[in-house]
Amino acid sequence: MNKLMTQYENEIRELLKRYPATGKRSTVMPLLFLAQRKLGYISEETLADIAEISETSVTDVAAVMGFYTLFHAEKGGRYRIQVCTDLPCALRGSEIYFKELSEKLGIKDGETTSDGLFTLEAVKCLAACHRSPIFQLQGDGEIVYYEDQNVELTMQLVEEIRRKASAEKEA
Amino acid sequence: MEKHILLRHREIPDIANLENYKANEGLKAFEKAIKTMTPDEVTQEVKKSGLRGRGGAGFPTGVKWGFIPKDSGQHYVVANADESEPGTFKDREILENNPFQFLEGVMLASYAIRANQAYVYLRGEFWKIAEVLNQKIRKLEEAGYLGENILGSEFSLKINTHLGAGAYICGEETALLESIEGKLGQPRLRPPFPAAVGLYGKPTLINNVETLTNVPMIVLHGADWHRGYGTEQSPGVKIFSLSGCVKKPGNYELPLGVTYQELIFEHGGGIVNDNKIKAVMSAGASSDIVIADDHCLATPLAYETSLERLHTSLGSASVIVLDETVNMAWLVSKTVNFFKHESCGKCTPCREGTFWMDKLAKRIVTQEASHSDIDLFKNVALQMQGKCLCALGEFSTMAVISAVDRFREDFESQMRS
Repeated sequence: MNKLMTQYENEIRELLKRYPATGKRSTVMPLLFLAQRKLGYISEETLADIAEISETSVTDVAAVMGFYTLFHAEKGGRYRIQVCTDLPCALRGSEIYFKELSEKLGIKDGETTSDGLFTLEAVKCLAACHRSPIFQLQGDGEIVYYEDQNVELTMQLVEEIRRKASAEKEA
Repeated sequence: MEKHILLRHREIPDIANLENYKANEGLKAFEKAIKTMTPDEVTQEVKKSGLRGRGGAGFPTGVKWGFIPKDSGQHYVVANADESEPGTFKDREILENNPFQFLEGVMLASYAIRANQAYVYLRGEFWKIAEVLNQKIRKLEEAGYLGENILGSEFSLKINTHLGAGAYICGEETALLESIEGKLGQPRLRPPFPAAVGLYGKPTLINNVETLTNVPMIVLHGADWHRGYGTEQSPGVKIFSLSGCVKKPGNYELPLGVTYQELIFEHGGGIVNDNKIKAVMSAGASSDIVIADDHCLATPLAYETSLERLHTSLGSASVIVLDETVNMAWLVSKTVNFFKHESCGKCTPCREGTFWMDKLAKRIVTQEASHSDIDLFKNVALQMQGKCLCALGEFSTMAVISAVDRFREDFESQMRS
């Protein structure tokens, strides 16, 4: 039984229409995004589901997952704070910002906070060099940019998300 | 610029709304094309305009369109919205604020090369932009500008978006095609070129977002109008992404041929803390590092002047400004780390070369290197040149070689004592 198909049947049918009949493999990346929408990472069993829908091998799906940085094979925080520390951003203080944020959150590059909510990552260029320091927040199937940041601003957002998450838990 | 040609939202804030776009010359070029022009006449007009590819290569756009066979077989248009070059953030502003002009460019290109399917390949980080773009495409479908037999003509077109997932290399056009096909983003061996064998093996035209956004105005107002801006060999306007040590970083749409002096000091407001300018990079991290002397600052930003006067490529015109506080050994440690991370691993010179350059750069900035390591660093870069499968590997060497040659003292100062 294909769990992914059962879960997102309409979306997947729509997806298949975008590509020619001979190009079903083109759905691999959109399906990987779909697969990690809820969990935040791609579980091993989903790979087989994707392979079946896209008519390719599990090995090929796994290779694609490993190649692209926005796909995650392992569980991280529910939200990934991905700070650009590339050259233009670094010229505007993003490395210092990253270090300070890392201290405030109490985690290093790639680590996750103990509440399981945030993973902090230094990433490559996000095409927002004029509004550095910037980060993107990847989680809940979305990617949202936060620009012209400082540690205080970012920590306000972090606290806001923490409040929301605990309210969700209680409800 | 009095009025923008590409960043028109700066004068017309709600141009992302279809009604407002139409009220401001929107879709007039497309209507003109399908009602009064043959596909080849559209290509001819773009050819005459002298428009050159804005993604970095500067190849004449109309000539590229002309490479697509004129048969009635399946052809594709692919818009390259994989903007990922450090220092480049122009396509994002277009997509977010003036999406219909970009889409009209895609429609005109599709009409010109007889394609009934176009894909917009956006970097995965532009997830939200893709959502909005999908809504804009629906609007065009509802209004009858996309779909079957558009406006009663023989021409049919579908546009779909496709998201990348964080790989710089997918900006390289053949890697981008591989990625749409659901494979690793690794460049193909050329020839055959995409114009002959492209997406799903069919003739495919790939153009950058900014290039396509230029097309509606050219078709509407004509090639001569377009040539009224810019220089003889680099006609038109260009969006300069200005970043680094300037007071007012941002996108500046200006005629090609504007000088570094004007861009950095008049538009960009000069150097932060009024420091002294040291160097510039004109093609993001893929650039040579050019000493910002009077000769450089007086150089017009155009494809030909960049080559003639500075012996470097204008690239995507993403100008990173570096002031006297920037150590160039540190700078190349950033750029080579980027390229090492983004190397796709397909060809050995790039995969191994960027790996070793990254190691050497780290050794240098942590002050664990000896003087001979500086020469070794440059040597690795030289050995890579001319041997990589695609431009990524070549680009990774530019900053290294120019930095060691022109700013050796910045490396010497990092040596272990």
